Amino acid sequence: MRPGPSNRPGAVAVAERGWLSAHKWLLIRRASQLCFLALFLIGPWAGIWLVEGTLASSLTLGVLPLSDPYVILQALAARHWPETTALLGAAIVLLAYALIGGRVYCAWVCPINPVTDLAAWLHQRLGLPKGWQPKRSTRLWLLGTTLLVAAVTGTIAWEAVNPITLLHRGLLYGVGLAWLVVLAIFLFDLFVARRGWCGHLCPVGAFYGLLGAKSLLRVSARRRADCDDCMDCFAVCPEPQVITPALRGKGEASPIVLSGDCSNCGRCIDVCSKNVFAFANRFEAAPAVPAALPDDDDRKAA
Amino acid sequence: MAQVERHDAARRRFLADIGRAACGVGAAGLLLALYAEQNDALPAQSLRPPGALDEEGFLGACLRCGLCVRDCPYDTLRLAELGEAPATGTPYFVARDVPCEMCDDIPCVAACPSGALDPALTDIEDARMGLAVLVGQETCLNLLGLRCDVCYRVCPLIDEAITLVRQHNERTGVHARFIPTVHSDHCTGCGKCEKSCVLEEAAIKVLPFAIATGELGSHYRLGWEEKAARGESLVPDLIDLPDRMPEAPQ
Repeated sequence: MRPGPSNRPGAVAVAERGWLSAHKWLLIRRASQLCFLALFLIGPWAGIWLVEGTLASSLTLGVLPLSDPYVILQALAARHWPETTALLGAAIVLLAYALIGGRVYCAWVCPINPVTDLAAWLHQRLGLPKGWQPKRSTRLWLLGTTLLVAAVTGTIAWEAVNPITLLHRGLLYGVGLAWLVVLAIFLFDLFVARRGWCGHLCPVGAFYGLLGAKSLLRVSARRRADCDDCMDCFAVCPEPQVITPALRGKGEASPIVLSGDCSNCGRCIDVCSKNVFAFANRFEAAPAVPAALPDDDDRKAA
Repeated sequence: MAQVERHDAARRRFLADIGRAACGVGAAGLLLALYAEQNDALPAQSLRPPGALDEEGFLGACLRCGLCVRDCPYDTLRLAELGEAPATGTPYFVARDVPCEMCDDIPCVAACPSGALDPALTDIEDARMGLAVLVGQETCLNLLGLRCDVCYRVCPLIDEAITLVRQHNERTGVHARFIPTVHSDHCTGCGKCEKSCVLEEAAIKVLPFAIATGELGSHYRLGWEEKAARGESLVPDLIDLPDRMPEAPQ
C-alpha cells in the first residue's frame, strides 16, 4: 500500500498538488454538464430561449440546428428520410464529435453521467464488490439491436426508453415516471454492476465511441516514464481498459489513449501525482515517442 | 495434448460467452420491440399535431425533441411523459383540455426538424388531426330538441365542417330539431367543438380518422355517381316492370 493520508485514488495528487489542482478536470467537466443543462433549462424556467428542444434535436438561437446522429440513424432504420434541418443538425454534431472524441458527449454533456458517476463514487466509498461485469462489447451488440428493432418495428424504439433523453426531456417538459428509470440506473450501477450502465450497456455511448474512434483530441500518457504504478488512474477511469496500451506501452508504442471508449473525462490527469497524463492530439504522438525512448531505456536499466 | 485441451476450453468459453451475450442482447431487443409495439397504440382522446404522418410513419420519424411544443403559441401541444399512453416523448393534445387554434402559419409544422409533421401541409384547413363525431346521440341538447348550437358556433369552419340539418321533432310533433352534422371533407379535427360542448362529458368528440369513419368496400360503386359521370344510366335498356304497391286498388 501507498503511504499517505488515505488510500483513496488521487490522495497523493491532492497531498502534492492541492485539492483544486487534483480535481481540475472534474470540476470543469461538472461545470460543462451544468452549463449544457442550464442552456436548455433557462428557456422553460426563466423564459430566456437560447436553446429549444432536447438532446435528441434542438435549435440554438433560432438558427443552429443540432440533432443526435444516433436518433437520426434510428429514423433511417425505421425507413423515414428526415427533413434537411435534422440531417444538417446531425451532420454538425457528427463532425464535432468526430473531432473532439465521440464519448466527450458521455463525459461532458450527458445528464446521466453525474448519476452514474455518483453511483461509482459511492460504490468505491462503500467498498462494494464489482458485481456483474458483462463484456464491454455488450453495448455494441445492444447498439446493433436497437437499430434492428427500429427497422423491424418501424419506430424509433430506443427513444421510448433511452434514460438520457428520458431524463433530459423530463426536466424540460415534465418528468412523469422518468425519474424511476434514473433511479433504476443509479441502483443498478451501485449494487448490481459497477460502472454497469455507461461502461457496459449504454448503446448511445457505444455509438459515440464508434463515432470518435479516430478523433483528434485524445489523452496522452506523455510522461509514462515517470509512472510509479500507483494504479490511481485505473481506479478512477470509467473505462480502465483504455489506459493499459498507452501507459504500459514500451518504446515506440504510442502513448496516446487511442481507444474510442475513452470519454476524455480527464480524471486520470487529475489523480496522477506524477503528471503522466495530458490532453493531446492524436498526431502529436509521432514526434514525442523517440524523445521518450531514452527514459524508458533508463528505467529498464535501473 | 494439454495444449489442445486448453484450446478446447478456450473455444468452449468463447462460444459460451458469445451465446450468453447473444441471448441476453436478443432478450433485451425482444423486450424493446414488445414495448415499442405496445407503446404505439394511440388512445382515441390523444390527437397528433397538424400535418402528423399516419401513426406508424410518425413513430418512425418523430425525434421526440418537443420543438413543436415550444413553438405552439397556445400551449395546446404536450409531450407524452413516461407512463402516459401515447408513445413516450411524442407530441399530442387532448381536445377537451386545449384544442388546436389552427394558426395560419402552422408554427408546429415549421418547427419540426424531422418531417414527422409534414411540411407539405401549408394550409391549416387541409389538416386532418381527427374527425369530430356527434357521439352523444341521446345527450346532445340539439338532439333533445333544444337550441344549444355551441359546437356549430365555435367551429372555425362554420357551415362547412359543421352544419345544422333541420329535422322533424317526433317527440313534440310540432317542432324542429337542428342536428349538428360534421362533414369530413372540411373538418380538421381541431377539437374546438369538443372543448366547448356544454355537457359534463362532451357529446361531440374528435376521434382518430380510422375510428371515426367507416370505409366502403373498394369495389363498391355508387350508381348515381356513375350515372352522373357517364351522363346516362349504365343499364340503358332496363325493363321497367310495373310497381306493385301494397294499397293498389283491386
